[in-house]
Amino acid sequence: MSEGLATVSYIGATILFILSLGGLSNPETARRGNWFGIIGMGIAVLATVLGPRVSGGGIALIIVAMAIGGTVGLYAAKKVQMTQMPELVALMHSLVGLAACTIGFASYIDTSTVFATPAEQSIHEVEIYIGILIGAVTFSGSIIAFGKLSGKVGGKPVLLKGRHWLNLMALLVVIFFAFVFLGSDSGAMRGISLAVMTLVALGFGVHMVMAIGGADMPVVVSMLNSYSGWAAAATGFMLSNDLLIVTGALVGSSGAILSYIMCRAMNRNFISVIAGGFGTGDGASSGASAAAAPQGEVKAVSAEETAEMLREAKSIIIVPGYGMAVAQAQHTVNEITQKLRAKGVNVRFAIHPVAGRMPGHMNVLLAEAKVPYDIVMEMDEINDDFPNTDVAIVIGANDIVNPAAEEDPNSPIAGMPVLQVWKAHTTIVMKRSMASGYAGIDNPLFYKDNNRMLFGDAKKMLEEVAKGV
Amino acid sequence: MTLNIGIPKETYPGERRVATVPEVVEKLIKLGFTVSVESHAGEGASVSDEAFAAAGATIAATAAELYAAADIIFKVRAPSFEEVAQLKAGTTLISFIWPAQNPELMQKLADAKVTVLAMDCLPRQLSRAQKMDALTSMAGITGYRAVIEAANAFGRFFNGQITAAGKIPPAKVFIAGAGVAGLAAIGTAANLGAVVRANDTRAEVADQVKSLGGEFVKVDYEEEGSGGGGYAKVMSEGFQAAQRQMYATEVKNADIVITTALIPGKPAPKLITAEMVQSMKAGSVIIDLAGEQGGNCELTVPGESVVRHGVTIVGYTDMPSRLAKQSSTLYGTNLLRLAEELCKTKDGIIDVNMDDDAIRGLTVIKEGAVTWPAPPIKLPPPPPPKPAAAIKPADKKGGHGHGSSEPMDLKTLSIVFGVAAVLFALVGAYAPAAFLGHFTVFALACFVGYMVVWNVTPSLHTPLMSVTNAISSIICIGALIQIAPPLAAGIVRPNIVIGIIAFIGITLTAVNMFGGFAVTRRMLAMFRK
Repeated sequence: MSEGLATVSYIGATILFILSLGGLSNPETARRGNWFGIIGMGIAVLATVLGPRVSGGGIALIIVAMAIGGTVGLYAAKKVQMTQMPELVALMHSLVGLAACTIGFASYIDTSTVFATPAEQSIHEVEIYIGILIGAVTFSGSIIAFGKLSGKVGGKPVLLKGRHWLNLMALLVVIFFAFVFLGSDSGAMRGISLAVMTLVALGFGVHMVMAIGGADMPVVVSMLNSYSGWAAAATGFMLSNDLLIVTGALVGSSGAILSYIMCRAMNRNFISVIAGGFGTGDGASSGASAAAAPQGEVKAVSAEETAEMLREAKSIIIVPGYGMAVAQAQHTVNEITQKLRAKGVNVRFAIHPVAGRMPGHMNVLLAEAKVPYDIVMEMDEINDDFPNTDVAIVIGANDIVNPAAEEDPNSPIAGMPVLQVWKAHTTIVMKRSMASGYAGIDNPLFYKDNNRMLFGDAKKMLEEVAKGV
Repeated sequence: MTLNIGIPKETYPGERRVATVPEVVEKLIKLGFTVSVESHAGEGASVSDEAFAAAGATIAATAAELYAAADIIFKVRAPSFEEVAQLKAGTTLISFIWPAQNPELMQKLADAKVTVLAMDCLPRQLSRAQKMDALTSMAGITGYRAVIEAANAFGRFFNGQITAAGKIPPAKVFIAGAGVAGLAAIGTAANLGAVVRANDTRAEVADQVKSLGGEFVKVDYEEEGSGGGGYAKVMSEGFQAAQRQMYATEVKNADIVITTALIPGKPAPKLITAEMVQSMKAGSVIIDLAGEQGGNCELTVPGESVVRHGVTIVGYTDMPSRLAKQSSTLYGTNLLRLAEELCKTKDGIIDVNMDDDAIRGLTVIKEGAVTWPAPPIKLPPPPPPKPAAAIKPADKKGGHGHGSSEPMDLKTLSIVFGVAAVLFALVGAYAPAAFLGHFTVFALACFVGYMVVWNVTPSLHTPLMSVTNAISSIICIGALIQIAPPLAAGIVRPNIVIGIIAFIGITLTAVNMFGGFAVTRRMLAMFRK
């Protein structure tokens, strides 16, 4: 295959990738979009392998590597449970980061590249340096995110003293070694500066994600998504490959937009999320909030009483949260939904943008349980309907339904857009206990007159409710 | 020893309610009590002795037998003097008492050396007392029944209809007083299809009226009418004049008027004059729920239904008793909640804890000593009204898949543009031409990505992440062209090392490539209508 043909194939692949992302505007076209992505990837890989930059000798190696990786990937994709999606995605980000590092290092030790001018050579070196930097941060950050999401690392933010100074130091070290790397003629010095920078970047990735609490995970996951894109783009610059640049930029901006949406859904700015220390992980209530604890009585109900309320309601809105994912209760929720819908009850779902541990987490779980997607609503679509709703059921969510966000200007989550469940005639909150949410603040919703609490494991309780419906 | 709860048959003429129902009996027994019910006690509320027995109650043949065995008596109406005489010393009586209206009864009860909890003395402002609030549950029934009585006396449909025989206008209902009974009446009448208008001196109930489907009618005069304990207070002369004016208009236009205005400890306000009744259309109906306190209408005859000037005026004072099964169930449940409060240990022993605000309020006689009226409860002061502008609701539109529609504010925009211009100038001045080509592609691709991704629906954010993740394995190409490039003669490179590194790179990205697309496909296949 000639150079020209390879380039044209790359353009084709680029267009297919754009169509693939564009297809995600609704679930019908999304399935086709995924095929566009697969075809685009196939074209790009084939054009490269058959193109002028790969000699015949490499093809066998490539096939072996692809076969190993592909098998692992397909196996993981088949086995993963939908509740574990955030972990899988985080793990995959780490692979992209690691690959960017390996390519950067290979490019560094590759002596066969010839440059026309010294300026081009330094630019190439800057690109290597940046490529490895982003790759390393993505890699270590994603590994920690994976650990936090799968519970292997505690959800609590780890806040080192002077962590901002530490980050600044890391940045200065990275910049300093960039100059050493570019300015030095000695191979040893250059190797050392690259290695030091990589270690610092790895450390920075770990430190950054460790400092972020469980509730901010959606932001972190989408941010790492963005990083993996930028790593690909940097690699593209390094190898003068436009396909990589375009694809990297697409992925990078996609992740950036997701992070932005997540931040806005929590009414927090990006910097403060990354600076960390907000979500307190295991929901230990902080002492300060106890003083301002809302007054009133918590009214508990049994599963049977809940079933009775549901039977008698005409319209119901279900608000799922991370608790539903933890308890794997989505199938039971669907069973209840089907039964109620068969009786003509208007059952809908309200999804807060940051419910769960990654963007769109709840939608995927409900889709897995075969809940029709046209009754799954976004916050903006459904928030005005709560006053006309008989029963709102909150399953394992807390901060996203906290009226303090709207009513109490001193609340740490003041101004965060929340689902106004308390405006429904009755709300039922399913929770394991009275513990606070990830933001560590008390929820006045629990004390409202029209609220009832159903304590216990979400799945077990819902199964009892399903029996009674 | 566990205590025995006795439920006598109500002796007041026409009273059909009973103080408990079989479902409640079961729960009382679970609390550790034993329950006796007088034979035929549930007859008026359509509950047979067998039903009580099946729930675990013992049936007492006569009242005397019941009173002799009972440690606690549950009743609806305040006891007659004969009933008081049957109470043995030390018994706890729980029922409606109205101590202010019945001083003589109070004296007799005190002499009988009993403990009395008056359901009408519950401190209603305590939110945890609401589950025991029998006045509220009875008032709700009264409001419902009022509409049913009105429908019975009214000669037309409530809802407007367009039939082959012509168009029928909906009935117009005016409700004076939006307390519990008023609100229940509003909801019931609106559900029947009537056009409902309502008024109350407390302006804050306007939202509740609207939420039930009614329209709130304001009096054109500035004064706040919220008294203590959730009741209204007496209003000033100027206000009353304006109010009379409003009532005259509303009553004239209405087909059905339901009045529920009560002021505690005072006769009911006369809201509807004889002239107003005269101004109504023949066949109209007035339901006066304040009959017991003299009525809100001048022409009301308490306890009876009369026709004056062609208008039916219903002054029944026993609305809850006319819906006996429902009132008995609700009242029984209120008593059950009280029993739970009195018997927190669930061992069938009650503790009349005078340190508990709710129980202190209810207890009017403690072991023969009159403890009524209870001292006012010190509630925490209501939170001061919050400045409305304190929280800017973050209701900015857009973002969720529909693009950010609002323009960025000018200052931020100029800063962004300025920074971008400086950066671009730097790149342009120093970078070689080859880099600029790539840079162009990069900048444009960022914009394409931006435009495309805003259109992604939020429900597909997870598939978006996994598909972008799969696509970012395009980085594989970097490793592909490193693994074995055709080398020009004379150029040396560490082939083995690069080969190994590139092999690892390809393997890693292949995991992503295949895994990412496969898992996306799996997820998308699940999204269905």
